[in-house]
Amino acid sequence: MNRFAELLDRLAYEPGRNNKLRLISAYFREVADPDRGYALAALTGALSFKHAKPGLIRDLIAARTDPVLFALSYDYVGDLSETVALMWPTRPNGEESLLGHPSPQPSPARGEGVERNPGQPDRGESKATTTALSIPSCLEGQGGGYREHGVRERHRLHDNPPPPTLSEVVTTLRTLGKTELPRQLAHWLDELEETGRWALLKLVTGAMRIGISARLAKTAAAALGDKDPHEVELMWPGLAPPYLELFAWLEGRGEKPVNLDPAPFRPVMLAHAIEDSDFATLEPSDYIAEWKWDGIRVQAVFGRDARGHGVARLYSRSGEDITKSFPDLLPSLHLPGAIDGELLVVRDGRVQTFNVLQQRLNRKVVSPKLTKDYPIHLRAYDLLADDNNDLRELPFAERRAKLEAFVKRLGDVRIDLSPTIAFDSWQALTAARTDPASAGAGEDAEAVEGVMLKRRDALYLPGRPKGQWWKWKRDPHIIDAVLMYAQRGHGKRSSYYSDYTFGVWTENEDGEQLVPVGKAYFGFTDEELIQIDRFVRRNTTEKFGPVRHVVHEPDQGLVLEVAFEGLQRSSRHKSGVAMRFPRINRLRWDKPPREADRLETLERMLKPDAIDEALVTSGAIDGS
Amino acid sequence: MGGSSPRMTGKNRGDRPYISLMRPQDILMPVPAGLCCKAGGFHIDPVRPVERAVITHGHSDHARAGHGAVLATQETLDMMRLRYGDNFARSTQALRYGEAIRLGDVTVKFHPAGHVLGSAQIAVSCKDTCIVASGDYKDAPDPTCASFEVVPCDVFITEATFGLPVFRHGNAADEIGKLLASVALFPERAHLVGAYSLGKAQRVIALLRTAGYDAPIYLHGAMEKITHYYQSRGVALGELRAVKGMKKAELAGTVTLAPPTATSDIWTRRFPDPVTAFASGWMRVRARARQRGVELPLVISDHADWDGLTATIAATGAGEVWVTHGQEDALVHWCQTRGLAARPLDLVGYGDEEESETLPASEDEA
Repeated sequence: MNRFAELLDRLAYEPGRNNKLRLISAYFREVADPDRGYALAALTGALSFKHAKPGLIRDLIAARTDPVLFALSYDYVGDLSETVALMWPTRPNGEESLLGHPSPQPSPARGEGVERNPGQPDRGESKATTTALSIPSCLEGQGGGYREHGVRERHRLHDNPPPPTLSEVVTTLRTLGKTELPRQLAHWLDELEETGRWALLKLVTGAMRIGISARLAKTAAAALGDKDPHEVELMWPGLAPPYLELFAWLEGRGEKPVNLDPAPFRPVMLAHAIEDSDFATLEPSDYIAEWKWDGIRVQAVFGRDARGHGVARLYSRSGEDITKSFPDLLPSLHLPGAIDGELLVVRDGRVQTFNVLQQRLNRKVVSPKLTKDYPIHLRAYDLLADDNNDLRELPFAERRAKLEAFVKRLGDVRIDLSPTIAFDSWQALTAARTDPASAGAGEDAEAVEGVMLKRRDALYLPGRPKGQWWKWKRDPHIIDAVLMYAQRGHGKRSSYYSDYTFGVWTENEDGEQLVPVGKAYFGFTDEELIQIDRFVRRNTTEKFGPVRHVVHEPDQGLVLEVAFEGLQRSSRHKSGVAMRFPRINRLRWDKPPREADRLETLERMLKPDAIDEALVTSGAIDGS
Repeated sequence: MGGSSPRMTGKNRGDRPYISLMRPQDILMPVPAGLCCKAGGFHIDPVRPVERAVITHGHSDHARAGHGAVLATQETLDMMRLRYGDNFARSTQALRYGEAIRLGDVTVKFHPAGHVLGSAQIAVSCKDTCIVASGDYKDAPDPTCASFEVVPCDVFITEATFGLPVFRHGNAADEIGKLLASVALFPERAHLVGAYSLGKAQRVIALLRTAGYDAPIYLHGAMEKITHYYQSRGVALGELRAVKGMKKAELAGTVTLAPPTATSDIWTRRFPDPVTAFASGWMRVRARARQRGVELPLVISDHADWDGLTATIAATGAGEVWVTHGQEDALVHWCQTRGLAARPLDLVGYGDEEESETLPASEDEA
């Protein structure tokens, strides 16, 4: 566990991709099976433990620390695992207990750590024994073995059991019942040092957030055997932790694992955002255009296993299996093949907006009412496999023809073709993008978020190959709003005020008032973040827990230019409107808050038919 | 802050000395210029020019130029002179640790704060009430300055820079061990240690020497003056060299101390494949190290950590605690759970050290 903790710790500080790869590869090289396999599983998000939930960890820390101090600390650190790892009461060592440190648990009402040295502020001595494991992460790579040894020896000296191995932790977490888990976890946390505690909690909660993508971890594994990461990607769905056969193959000790999954995921091809300057070099006749539908990109696969049983699966664009969330689509997937398409909600023949589709996302239980009220639909963009034939090496135009035939053969109302847009010049396409309703999208235009351009001869290449596919999104809406409240961010942004609530002017019985219309936490540069953070700290008028009230008067305050994709009515917001995908476009230091936009401007953007039946209009809207 | 002003107290005293009527806030009260002692006619660490200032230590957010008369330790006065020039105040007076002086109706006494060389806690006594304004302090050992001293008092004014239970600094010697292990592992690379130029840098050097590192240590130009001042006050730092003028290859395997901002500057291009370290209490929180692009975080702080703050408050025996700059909320809450009267002291202008240590833009020491 300590070696794995050191890897995670080191990765957390390493900004460079290549150095990260080197660190992970070195770990795979040094550490034996099955530990390294479980590490790979942890890094790729392939581990999940049914009973280990963040709530459990909160309970453990709540029983050991003051809730107010915990809340303040969590707000500051911005990461549950790290907060708990840092705050966890350390078991007293021999010398310390002589000072009258009560044994294990301070009373919940107390801030922990306090009794360690009552009235004894000079405690250089006792501190020396509490931080031994945070040894230099850079020792790693060459000196790993000796350090582990040193740690174990220390533990023996203190008559403590050695810290658990990664495999021990993983297998125990998998088999342990819900009731035994808290005690086991607390036991491990007592045994481990800060870095170990942090890594254990990261593992348990499954939220690594150390800037390592599953793809990067697989690439590092591939590097072990000088293999193309793409090969690992293709066999991945057929593998399971601790990946013994994968490592055997990578080290030249075994056969290449075959993906026996009858309905495998195929890495997805993505598009580049097009810039105005790109058009000059592009020839309209080389491209096919279609609408960019505002849903979820998915891969729908159907295949037959060795015994001839059909298997249907739905994958997200990152390869996550999301089949369980959409049982209502599965019967429609009954022909062997792999469709690349967009998941949408279609009601009475009309494609609904993303806001409506959202009701179907992240649901644990998919009720019959949900599937009835939000009927799911697949709009097909591409065909990657037809029966047993891999089509990815064919040009897009040929795949498109096969897709049209495939969709026809399916003959299912839930699956249809993504229509193409006829155009002969960039001007014509520009016009279509500006007004999708008149260019073929008709009543579905609300669910169009732009235009896709695909080269007729483009092969289906995983990743984001240059010059093959382009996305050309609709221009965002822009308003000037006033910063009203700020909150600290999480993860990389922790301790910075990076979540902003902004408002626009409206007139009510109290006169001119700012009313909050949205929240944004990205869009700005690192430099702008530092500037806003400083502004927030210096212009706080009140604090409400983690929220800071920032000065927002007609002549005092910060105007933010906010870009957003869409607007809908919302009864949950005081202003009566909710923005989609709002982000900070620009800081308007030059603009006094009194010149910011008004709520009426936003209300005019609301189309009359955008009112969802479930949403009640608020008083603010009635006034206009 | 309502209540009777010191003058009214004086009037009462004319009739009959009601000592018990003297409240702490009649002795010291926060005003926009800083902590004001009307009865003594001075401000502590004023952020605006005042007639008479008593200064805890030489960091620029506490020691500013432009006051009439300044009372501080000799070291603090010297540091102000180094930074602001000879005319930083109209007049100055030095006070030693343990020495008391009468100012108006109050007595002022200095005690070591253990923060940096010359840092003092200021004990202000009036009648039977003693308030200790501790400035910035740490209770951990530091070979470059006098050790923190617990001063029994009625009201203790504490900083709260690391006033959250997640901040536990550990042993500085272990952190130096990390640095030296890295130096041994990468003999072909240079190690750049970002450290505050007043106090932290000298402490890191002294700790390196204590750990047995006896090679020359290199200094960024901005640190030379203050570091040489430390040496002139008898702090042993071994052989120090200016990094300026060194050839790139000669810096392989060396340790250089630099202001935190310089370690992410084009200045670093003169070093062979530098490893960036940063010595700060903030390094305890991973995100903070990541934000700065630090590869080797060293948890070494000139401020007390959570355990230090709480242990010190308890040790002073103070029944009332005023908490300033930093994470006031948590420390105030902790005091209250201990049955101590506590409140945040809204002093503006301090704790900028947090920003300047964290945000590259505003390191004025560089």
